[in-house]
Amino acid sequence: MMTPLLTAYIGEPGCHTLEFYQRHGGYEALRKALGMTPEAVVDQVKASGLRGRGGAGFPTGMKWQFVDKKSPKPKYLCCNADESEPGTFKDHVLMERNPHLLFEGCLIGCHAIGAKVAYIYIRGEFYHVQQVLEAELAKAREAGLVGRNILGLGFDCEIHVHRGAGAYEAGEETALIESLEGKRAQPRLKPPFPAVEGLYGCPTAVNNVETLCNVPLIIERGADWFAKIGPEKNGGPKLYCVSGHVKRPGTYEAAMSTPLRDLIYDDRFGGGIRGGHALKCVIPGGSSVPVLLPEQLDIPASFDGVAGAGSLLGSAGIIVMDETTCMVWAAENLLHFYRHESCGKCTPCREGGDWLHRILGKIERGEGQMKDLDLLLSIAGNIMGKTLCAFGDAAATPVLSTVKVFRAEYEAHIREGRCTLPAPWRASSRAHAGAH
Amino acid sequence: MSFHPAMDYGRGRHQSARALPEEGPAFAYTAEARAALEAICARYPPERRKSAILAALFLAQRQQGYLTRNAMRHVAEVIGCTPADVEDVVSYYTMFYTRPVGKYVLQVCRTLSCALMGAERVTAELEETLGIRSGETDARGEFTLIEVECLGACDRAPVVGVNEHWQECQKPEDARALVDGLRRNGAAALTGCHLAVEKK
Repeated sequence: MMTPLLTAYIGEPGCHTLEFYQRHGGYEALRKALGMTPEAVVDQVKASGLRGRGGAGFPTGMKWQFVDKKSPKPKYLCCNADESEPGTFKDHVLMERNPHLLFEGCLIGCHAIGAKVAYIYIRGEFYHVQQVLEAELAKAREAGLVGRNILGLGFDCEIHVHRGAGAYEAGEETALIESLEGKRAQPRLKPPFPAVEGLYGCPTAVNNVETLCNVPLIIERGADWFAKIGPEKNGGPKLYCVSGHVKRPGTYEAAMSTPLRDLIYDDRFGGGIRGGHALKCVIPGGSSVPVLLPEQLDIPASFDGVAGAGSLLGSAGIIVMDETTCMVWAAENLLHFYRHESCGKCTPCREGGDWLHRILGKIERGEGQMKDLDLLLSIAGNIMGKTLCAFGDAAATPVLSTVKVFRAEYEAHIREGRCTLPAPWRASSRAHAGAH
Repeated sequence: MSFHPAMDYGRGRHQSARALPEEGPAFAYTAEARAALEAICARYPPERRKSAILAALFLAQRQQGYLTRNAMRHVAEVIGCTPADVEDVVSYYTMFYTRPVGKYVLQVCRTLSCALMGAERVTAELEETLGIRSGETDARGEFTLIEVECLGACDRAPVVGVNEHWQECQKPEDARALVDGLRRNGAAALTGCHLAVEKK
């Protein structure tokens, strides 16, 4: 098993402090990076094969290379700490327990793209995490690690924490930029991509927290070392968030060669299904990706491995559901989320999400008709690929995936005129649901 | 090449003239809140004060408990944007309240991971205990109960946000204990975040 790199000390008291971080070699990668040219840093990150940990898995080095360095405008780095994908809670751990690793990653990223300012956009609900970040940032500033003439090496760079105010959509990179500019978090038409016109119309790189936390490791220990952790093109340590019906829900760090089955069943990770129940299905990458069945789990939990099985690694939020779970109810739950969080900019997502949610509610209450199933597929199909950002696809996926895999369950609801799997952990009365 | 032609926004043109009618008590920041806001504005380029609008609204909400139109107009003045811009933002983000809320706002996460662990029952029991429905505030103005979407603590499900703090692994049967604990000890009665090992 891989020795944890990002989360090695998270259980130790005081591990979030500057003093602890420096005692364990902190900010040495920054010193090393500042001795390299920005191009060399970008090349190193490219060679490592680091892929974005926010969900899309796009190569980070490429993203940085695309930043328009010839532009006379200032460049910006935005750290996406708006962790809002259902089932995802890994960045939360990194920011609360290892904030200086994130700062170091931000500073190296700024050096690489020629930025003088980085904004960490943290979701508003992470108030206690923000307090940790602000306090530690002040200490780093005092110690000459953030601000003017960093480490006495003539590098100026500021890091600021920016608090969001409750919007899932702010996790989309252009919506995040809009929100940073003080507007509604709604996505922009692309191109231009943020690398050309991002924050304030300037070249911008937007990177996830976990992505940036990997950067100091690459600089310190080399691209080859990093690439060799895990399968080809899926190198580096990965944080997995295991939640739902497992015995040991939590954040676990592992190489991407780890079988998905182990992450759920192994005692070092999820520890198996709680209460002696059998596994029904797994959503492996945050709520926006297709479900996998128990027989599909013998794959490496890598970007390519999970994609090969017909789903996506996404944000690595592994939501585990046991046999007591009604899939119509689960789909309705997720569509309630997407209906609520749709920013409303694109009609297919705004109207389609609401429509899907209403039909699912009808079927779940036993008021559905057989023709509703085709209607669900038709609406979801008309959202898929027809919106400015990936949110539309994310909203359509739970419906397309569950109707395909669990069609018999939907049909049973319709035939019997009731929910055929009313689990004891659900409320007996659904009257309160959807009250707002 | 740019697909966004440079437009003369924000200098008298392309601006909403919508005026917000009076609502609520007169509002102006305390000197302390105003200073805190200016410190945050300094994080952005001087011509980009609007970036601080969320922070400005949080400060106003902290001062008054919720955001009235009078508060929004004051924020617009201080930030240097139109009241319509402020209203636009307030109506979008879920953490801003435009009506009075209770001393404690209980936010039960209702999204899948929490729901799988019994969040629906947590809400139902809290409704029973408080005698209000989700979305309502009790008569004494002590508790507001709402359901929110994923809070990012799915390994400690079901999680309940309480103002700016957290209660983790909330069991349905412990609704009474949560309410009584808050009445007796305030936020100190909450579990807080399990990651803050220093507090234990």
